[in-house]
Amino acid sequence: MKKSFLFISCEEAKLICDKSQYDEATTWEIVKLRIRLFYCGITKTYSRKNVKLSETIETSKVQCLKAEERDKLQSTLDKELTKQQQN
Amino acid sequence: MPKHKIDPNNWVKLYSDYLFNYTITRVSDREVAQDLISETFLAGLKSMKNFKGEASERTWLVSILKRKIIDHYRKINSNKGKAEVRMNYINDTDSEGDWLEERVADSNVKTAEDTLVNSELGGAIYDCLAKLPEKQADVFKMKTILGYGTETICNELNITASNLWVIIHRARTALAECMEENWFK
Repeated sequence: MKKSFLFISCEEAKLICDKSQYDEATTWEIVKLRIRLFYCGITKTYSRKNVKLSETIETSKVQCLKAEERDKLQSTLDKELTKQQQN
Repeated sequence: MPKHKIDPNNWVKLYSDYLFNYTITRVSDREVAQDLISETFLAGLKSMKNFKGEASERTWLVSILKRKIIDHYRKINSNKGKAEVRMNYINDTDSEGDWLEERVADSNVKTAEDTLVNSELGGAIYDCLAKLPEKQADVFKMKTILGYGTETICNELNITASNLWVIIHRARTALAECMEENWFK
């Protein structure tokens, strides 16, 4: 099927919606998403939930460890575990 | 028979991010938070025999961590700690006169209630993240919480950009559903 210039599939709309949560969607992609949002209930629901998730994470100020920080913790614990097993 | 078992080999993988989020909302310093978690794990190892299995492993580790956080504040509020703070001001002759301003309460300081809500919300997010496949959770954390760029993650995990977006899509869909069920309801 010929790919439409202006009208996108639901899957493509969801992908653009995901990208836009990280400011990685282009202006043209956002235009196409907005057009789809006019007439597609599934995209609308997905978009609403997606935005809500982004806002929740933003509000929570949730943080996590970087890989190297986690590795450091693991190696400290491993050393102690080895010591404990030897005793 | 105990309801829960203990396995320190999985502590970092399963609980380090949860504990880190719990700690950072209370001490606001990445290094201190990591030290406290490390101390918690080591204390947990030493007192493993006291684990009765009535509470979950995570609840038990959090109870140790709480004591570590209290000890940390006790230490920095001790006389020695206060003296060290005073020394810093005395030595800082270049910025003399600024000290009053530095002592004025920061309007951005979070209230205890905000901290508690954020910590609980962070906990709910981690509970939902724990239900995702490991790779999905890792990619989501790198992209959304640590704010890494798409290219960095792709190089780090050796995946393509389109692969990354598929993973992100699955993670976001599952998380939104889980949060709806466990937090917003």
